[in-house]
Amino acid sequence: MSEPLLELNDVSVSFDGFYALTDLSLKLYKGELKSIIGPNGAGKTTFLDVITGKVRPTKGTVTFKGESLLGVSEQRISREGIGRKFQTPRVFENLTVLRNLELSASPVKNAFSLLGSGLPQSSKDEVHRIMNYVGLSPFANVKAGSLSHGQKQWLAIASLVAQAPEVLLLDEPVAGLTDEETLRTAELIKSLAGDHTVVVIEHDMEFIRDLGFDVTVLHQGQVLTEGPLDQVKSDPRVIEVYLGPPEQ
Amino acid sequence: MKIFQRLVPWILLAIALFILPAALDDFRLNLFGRYFALSITALAIDLIWGYTGLLSLGQGIFFALGGYAVAMNLMLNTKSLAGGNGIPKFFENYGVDQLPFFWQPFWSPVFTLIAMWVIPAAVAGLVGWLIFRNRIKGVYFSIITQAALMVFFHFFNGQQKLFDGTNGLKTSTTELFGQLVGSPDMQVWFYRLTVVLLPLAFLVCRYFTSGRFGDALIAIRDDETRLRFAGFNPVPFKTIVFLVAGALCGISGALYTVQSGIVSPQYMSISFSIEMVIWVAVGGRGTLVGPIIGATLVNYLRSLVSEALPDAWLFVQGALFIFVVVLMPDGIYGWLTNGGFRTFLAAFGIAKKSNTYPQLEKEVVPVD
Repeated sequence: MSEPLLELNDVSVSFDGFYALTDLSLKLYKGELKSIIGPNGAGKTTFLDVITGKVRPTKGTVTFKGESLLGVSEQRISREGIGRKFQTPRVFENLTVLRNLELSASPVKNAFSLLGSGLPQSSKDEVHRIMNYVGLSPFANVKAGSLSHGQKQWLAIASLVAQAPEVLLLDEPVAGLTDEETLRTAELIKSLAGDHTVVVIEHDMEFIRDLGFDVTVLHQGQVLTEGPLDQVKSDPRVIEVYLGPPEQ
Repeated sequence: MKIFQRLVPWILLAIALFILPAALDDFRLNLFGRYFALSITALAIDLIWGYTGLLSLGQGIFFALGGYAVAMNLMLNTKSLAGGNGIPKFFENYGVDQLPFFWQPFWSPVFTLIAMWVIPAAVAGLVGWLIFRNRIKGVYFSIITQAALMVFFHFFNGQQKLFDGTNGLKTSTTELFGQLVGSPDMQVWFYRLTVVLLPLAFLVCRYFTSGRFGDALIAIRDDETRLRFAGFNPVPFKTIVFLVAGALCGISGALYTVQSGIVSPQYMSISFSIEMVIWVAVGGRGTLVGPIIGATLVNYLRSLVSEALPDAWLFVQGALFIFVVVLMPDGIYGWLTNGGFRTFLAAFGIAKKSNTYPQLEKEVVPVD
């Protein structure tokens, strides 16, 4: 296999002596699709924090396309092509849905160039395409703060897609969504497969099954096991720490 | 109606330029000139606080720097105020016979016209950049700006040999174009200048708050961290608006100084900078019309109350602030455009409630 796109090597993160990640090593290849599951406190979100530059690891290396991400600012990492959706849907509440998406889709991120120029037509078209896809077009001119929770989730995912990153990191994309919305989100994420590398963190097992990605189980800051969902589900260690015994 | 709305700003401008000077006596007109000068500061605070979420309690620094710049030039160029060495007389009191080096460029009116906004802008840009790049936000930003204000206050207050210390620099007795700056004729001209510059300041603020740059400012206010993850570096945005606000405050301070007749370290007092924030809160932050209404109204009220009940103003101001925070969280302008009187009734629980789902209301039909 070729060089991994994103590689974590022996990464440890300690918060005042408490280890959120312990010697975690993980490789992501271009176009790979991965789901990450694990009990609360397993270090799933910290794992994303380390990749996106929010938390600096105590030990270990993180490389993207062969270059280290340690000490690189969040905005640089984002521009390099790693995008992230947060656990709670974070949108700019006082901007309209359209403005939210346009801001994320903007190919220039520099303060001075934002002053003079408008958004290029290609980006505008892309924004409208995404907005249509997630069904937020009727709300284009509604402030994001007045959307429902589910709509905010969709807007957050849509913003991430509009940002057009190579690697999408999705932290609980379907938390608080209805079954139908969950299905649609799974479709949306699957439609991104191919060009994109996608990592999804979720607790919703149905959703993970829908996606059909390979599953990595984190536990106590380490990889417990990896593999297809069915194989992972029957692993006794996973059942013990996370899934619990199957219902009779 | 559309045409009428487009005409409103021009009508207001015409009233301020032609009707007010005719209707008011010199004293009142001068007061309105000061209110409009202060409105520019309110606009600046709205730019950084209302739009970008940076609550600065130190705008007095930039306000006073602009005032000092213009006052230094006026003092230098007034022959009647010159002492033995041809430098302002107050220097003699402290045994200074050489003009401090930084006064030298202020002989030039051109330099002064530039310095009165470039110096505050430079200070704001530098201070802002240092604060923002270290990711200091929220309350810590407010505290630092207030601390910076105290540093500047004590420096200007203590340096008698440089700025005449606590006495400040008096401009009303200086001369410009052969006339006393404090004379009624000059004051009318300063009034007109202020009325012209206020809309320009408004346009500057609109330039920065509309369009995609403005969207980014609002995004910084809403969730700065999230904006970083979208690939934007918030530091340049914040530095630019803080710098622009500094420049506007400088111009505002210069206009206020020539109309009030003096610049003193009191312009850098803690309470004055907090009052500036109150004007914006009262008028309505996050809109560009609100701060102008707030600054003009609060200061007009201040004049009226101070004339009638000299000791009562601070109580009235405090009550006004509490009233606005409790009953008009969006300020007067936000209140007017967003519900108006009904929101008062709602606050006391006597407004007609609307259903969460109005369509359900129709379906509830009595059975018989």
